[in-house]
Amino acid sequence: MAQTVATPVVPIARRRNWSSLIVGLLLLLVFSPLIVSIATKIVHNPLLLLGQLKVGLVNGAIIAIIALGYTLVYGIIELINFAHGDVYMLGAFTTLILLSLLNIGTTTPWIIRGPVLLLILAIVMAVCGGINVGIERFAYRRLRNAPRLAPLISAIGVSFVLQNVGLVLGGVPVFEGDYWALVALVAPVVVIALAMVLARRFAAGAERKMPGWGWLILIVVAASLAVAGFNLVHHGLQSAVPLTLGDNVMGETAPGPKNVPEVIASVSAKPLLETPFRLTWKDLMVLVMCGILMSSLYLFVQRTKVGKAMRATAQDRDAARLMGINVDATIALAFLLGGALGGAAGMIVGMYSNSAVFVMGFTAGLRAFTSAVLGGIGNIAGSMLGGLLIGLISALSDQYIETRWTNAVVFGILVIILVFRPSGLLGEDVGQKA
Amino acid sequence: MKRVPTYFLSMVLATATLAACGTPTGTSTTTQNTTVAGSVATTSAGGAATMAATSAADTTVAASSGGSGTTIRVYSSLPRQGQSKSQTDSVVNAIKMRFAEDKNQVCGGKFTIDYVDLDDATAAKGSWDEAAETGNANKAVSDPVGMVYIGTFNSGAAKLSIPVLNNANMVMISPANTYVGLTKPLAAGEPDKYYPNGKRNYTRVVTNDAVQGLADAAWAAKLGIKKVYILDDQQAYGQGVAGLFEKNAKTMGITVLGHEGIQAKEQNYTSLMTKIKDLSPDMVYFGGIVDNNAGQVLKDMRAVGMTPDKVKFMGPDGIQTDPFITAAGKDIAEGTYGTVAGLPLSKLGPKGQAFLKAYKDKYGADPQSYGPFGYEAAGVTLAALNQVCKADRAAIRDAVFATKDYDGILGKWSFDKDGDTTLQTIQGYIVKNGKWEEANFFNNGQWEK
Repeated sequence: MAQTVATPVVPIARRRNWSSLIVGLLLLLVFSPLIVSIATKIVHNPLLLLGQLKVGLVNGAIIAIIALGYTLVYGIIELINFAHGDVYMLGAFTTLILLSLLNIGTTTPWIIRGPVLLLILAIVMAVCGGINVGIERFAYRRLRNAPRLAPLISAIGVSFVLQNVGLVLGGVPVFEGDYWALVALVAPVVVIALAMVLARRFAAGAERKMPGWGWLILIVVAASLAVAGFNLVHHGLQSAVPLTLGDNVMGETAPGPKNVPEVIASVSAKPLLETPFRLTWKDLMVLVMCGILMSSLYLFVQRTKVGKAMRATAQDRDAARLMGINVDATIALAFLLGGALGGAAGMIVGMYSNSAVFVMGFTAGLRAFTSAVLGGIGNIAGSMLGGLLIGLISALSDQYIETRWTNAVVFGILVIILVFRPSGLLGEDVGQKA
Repeated sequence: MKRVPTYFLSMVLATATLAACGTPTGTSTTTQNTTVAGSVATTSAGGAATMAATSAADTTVAASSGGSGTTIRVYSSLPRQGQSKSQTDSVVNAIKMRFAEDKNQVCGGKFTIDYVDLDDATAAKGSWDEAAETGNANKAVSDPVGMVYIGTFNSGAAKLSIPVLNNANMVMISPANTYVGLTKPLAAGEPDKYYPNGKRNYTRVVTNDAVQGLADAAWAAKLGIKKVYILDDQQAYGQGVAGLFEKNAKTMGITVLGHEGIQAKEQNYTSLMTKIKDLSPDMVYFGGIVDNNAGQVLKDMRAVGMTPDKVKFMGPDGIQTDPFITAAGKDIAEGTYGTVAGLPLSKLGPKGQAFLKAYKDKYGADPQSYGPFGYEAAGVTLAALNQVCKADRAAIRDAVFATKDYDGILGKWSFDKDGDTTLQTIQGYIVKNGKWEEANFFNNGQWEK
């Protein structure tokens, strides 16, 4: 900021205005045949435009939710959390595993399906938020005062680790309706949670903080218990209480795309709307869920005391600490929220596109990161806007140009916008840090 | 310094967890697999371990029984991980079976065959990889006793390895490549650009896409399709077969509404499918492989309201695999049309039936559709080696090319001067109750029952 004030403002602004105008005119000239052809197509079939806008809105809403995870973290510690896309992937896998083990499908009555889906959503958000907090604790916190590049490389490393976790998960057989496996998965978590509560109760007043590796040991013990329990319960009780198991949802190969069972409405079911454009129950589910998530996050950050602490930490970490804000906890909270949103996005995609594959985090992460930059990274409303815009642009490009050009169009528009507004569409609020 | 032990401890614990997770999972895989019908399933790690073990075992066999110490090494390069794994498992098993039938020996024991199963896929990619394939070809070429290269599975991979092997006069026999341009003129400079030394070294025992494109279009016409929308995965094989389908469909009077390449790793294709739905086609044809999101394409096609009774979905051998059904889901995959070059398993002659029985006895399941081609490739290799009886790459190459009226499990066939098989049959499949079932059969330009 200080630099901008020091330099003479007017001539730069004027020069930029001229060059912008020329660039704009040139672009318009180059693309005018394309614009004319698109306009004719729209006039010819306006309903199709409506349909595509809906598709763009739905896909954009999902991208926006993922983008919020990037922007929350960047806004607070100016780190691009490259592992976020993979947290989202793990969210989709958790959804797939829980849905399959519980054998929830479109035939399950809503009175059971609704609460169970909400429960799964809560679990997925908790798991992914927890993973993200763990990543921050072990991979980023020690590097907080290191040169910028160090946590960035660390983030890329974490991304690879998580991708391989997804690959391993894809090779674990998961059978539909395998309730015992679910018991074996949940039991150790409950046991450990109880142990922790009891330990705290009896150690009250001792003021002893559990060291980081203590948590790690707990997690490792829980994982081993889960595996051991799985084998014991599965092969011990399975023979005593036989279950009729469905297919192995992970299929024959670990890296292959998995099919997430349909839970909202089957493909053959009658959609909500057929004219003037097709709107299915799944579209509505995505829009409603994304709307709730986005608005509650926005209200949380803007209206609550903890949200205020987050904004303060984002503005000036040292001053925030002086004001008595627990900076470490606030940063961890940003990661928790980001991870939870990533997990929710994974579940939404799992239910909407019905696919989970271990590389899905990369493409989605790239799109989401782009939209965060487009809207102004660090700005929550900007990320939402950026996500929706990217979704809309992709859909329109698929319709009126060609699918293979979509990425070129998206990134071309990003470049143009960044030329005119280097800090993104709504990016004025960031960059206050010295 | 205080931090170091903590980190060390966490590393050890992490490793221990992975090990703990790995072993029980492995055991449960094998126990569960007895209930799951299908191909021989090992996890990718298990597959790699088996591979290492086999090659080690083969080497020891060669060393102990060879006596005179004359080993001929036969390499295969196939994607041993990812979507194509169930197919390549069958191919590799069939190759091993064929070699074992001759006790891994040729020329009455003068040479011992050492078969090495190379992987041209990486776990990170989940499909074949450029660097891995080139590395495999270079490895085979630099081995002084490496004589024959069986592979590749993907046509794009063959484009890279043919020139490497060509310069070393090493013969290549593919059990699966169907891209026309590898042997016959298609795109600019093809096929000569793959053969830098001017002498052909590439053969394939599988019928190429020129026949498949024709057969698919003919089947579509037979199904009464009037308007079709064509998609491809922007790879050599997918674009090639989709282009041939388009050409043939047009000559048969089917209207081609459009032909587009898709982004293989996209989350969903709902906008593309909304656009296609508006053009109201009778069929969507996808030229490509399962790794490139064939399952998602079909899912989104159904999701935007193109119902199976109105819009059919067809693809070439790239989607005619079990992982396609896993990826798309049983309900959605229902009614998909797929075609594969070659005779269907049930229509193989007595020799073929004997192979199927032997395979099932040995591996406990039927081979996938490319298994017989692996067997045939190994058979041709043995025939050529027996004829030449020398560790001479050029002579072996010429002997393979000279294969005439080979009486194999696919029937009686020859290689033409370009290294293509003279077999011109295509088998059609339809997904029924979550399984690929044999349907019509294409022979000499006609679909028959």
